[in-house]
Amino acid sequence: MAEVKEVKLYGAWGSGYCAIVHHALRLKGVAYEYVEEDLQNKSEALLGLNPVHKKVPVLVLDGKPVSESLVILEFVEETWKEPPLLPEDPYKKAKIMPISYAIILSDGEAQVKATEEFIEHMSTLEKGIQNDLPSNGPFINGEKPGLLDVIVGACSAGFRVLADLVGVEVLDKEKVPLLHSSVASFIDLEVIKDTAIPYEKLLERVHTMREKALASTKS
Amino acid sequence: MAEAEVKLLGTWSSPFVLRIKWALKLKGVEYDFIEEDLQNKSPLLLKYNPVHKKVPVLVHDGKSIAESYVILEYIDETWKENPILPEDPYQRAMARFWSKFGDEKFLPSMWKFFISQGEKREEALVSASENLKILEGELKGKKFFNGETLGFADISLGWIVDTVSLLEEIMELKMIDEQRYPSLSAWMKNFSDFPGIKDSFPPQERMLTKYRTLREAYFATTRGTN
Repeated sequence: MAEVKEVKLYGAWGSGYCAIVHHALRLKGVAYEYVEEDLQNKSEALLGLNPVHKKVPVLVLDGKPVSESLVILEFVEETWKEPPLLPEDPYKKAKIMPISYAIILSDGEAQVKATEEFIEHMSTLEKGIQNDLPSNGPFINGEKPGLLDVIVGACSAGFRVLADLVGVEVLDKEKVPLLHSSVASFIDLEVIKDTAIPYEKLLERVHTMREKALASTKS
Repeated sequence: MAEAEVKLLGTWSSPFVLRIKWALKLKGVEYDFIEEDLQNKSPLLLKYNPVHKKVPVLVHDGKSIAESYVILEYIDETWKENPILPEDPYQRAMARFWSKFGDEKFLPSMWKFFISQGEKREEALVSASENLKILEGELKGKKFFNGETLGFADISLGWIVDTVSLLEEIMELKMIDEQRYPSLSAWMKNFSDFPGIKDSFPPQERMLTKYRTLREAYFATTRGTN
């Protein structure tokens, strides 16, 4: 009989890194408690659980904390095996991981800055994925979502904000068809609907941040 | 059955390449080492790592793998003797966490200190020392970051063993002293004494020259600014 584990996730609603963890847990049907953190005023609990980086997300399993989103993802994958988000084949896995790093390290910041470089980056990613991990879609992983879909899917609200605010379409259907289809299919998944980053709320926040930034450069 | 063909593309001085050499050695995997000139990258490197064009790259049966952590995990999953990562998922998460800490926090802080001048030097030293204290805290009571035997985190952090002594010599300053960092000091010794590791570090004299030159070049380009 499977033992009941106590799972808690500390996160912030706007964080793509946190969305990644939410999605992975949801896809695996893991029951967990969510604790929303105010990043301007972090709780004692969070600082105690992640003293090294003092950041979200932090996943706590039976009192033991894990931090850093990719480390958490791999931990979730290894603790709850069904459905698998990564292939068994070590070589296929070795092809997916660098792509994961590349997406995760192209910071939320970079998304908001929206440059030619970022679009170029997405194009390279699409090519790399098509080359090393051929898929019939709709997901990068094939019929069912895998790790890369989870990661790219977490960025969906951010991409939309970019498109609407800055007029830059990062997920152009013609230019990056697989990434486009992955995100479109991912946000349609029933199981992640209530954990997806709320678009309107994000748009409002980014708007405010930009106004502030513009105002400070004027003086 | 034909022996699987394993090639490692790397440079003599890269700590990221060294960690792969350690992993292959620990598992008794024979391989061909191909020395790359990063100023003049070979067609082989460009073929096997077209996206990043960096070392290390492992080639196994014609298939290429890049990114040192990815290579380490691939090696662990492909050759099962002497496992590098523990079995328990939580312990594995800890191993990965500390490896990342080493590369993403500690290494940049050491580098910053190494190239800092004037008043920035003190600040950089404090920062790097903070990270050392964190590592010391994590190690406390353990022979290796992995426990009783050398593992993933040790291999990832192993660059500290020879690099820090190098920097200490060039900067004429003892960073990891036994009094403040008893566990780290013991770890450094345990690590270098581990079978297979001992004679693997790149030649000290050559490294000293390389790093001295790097530092001088860096100072030369920033001389005259502030």
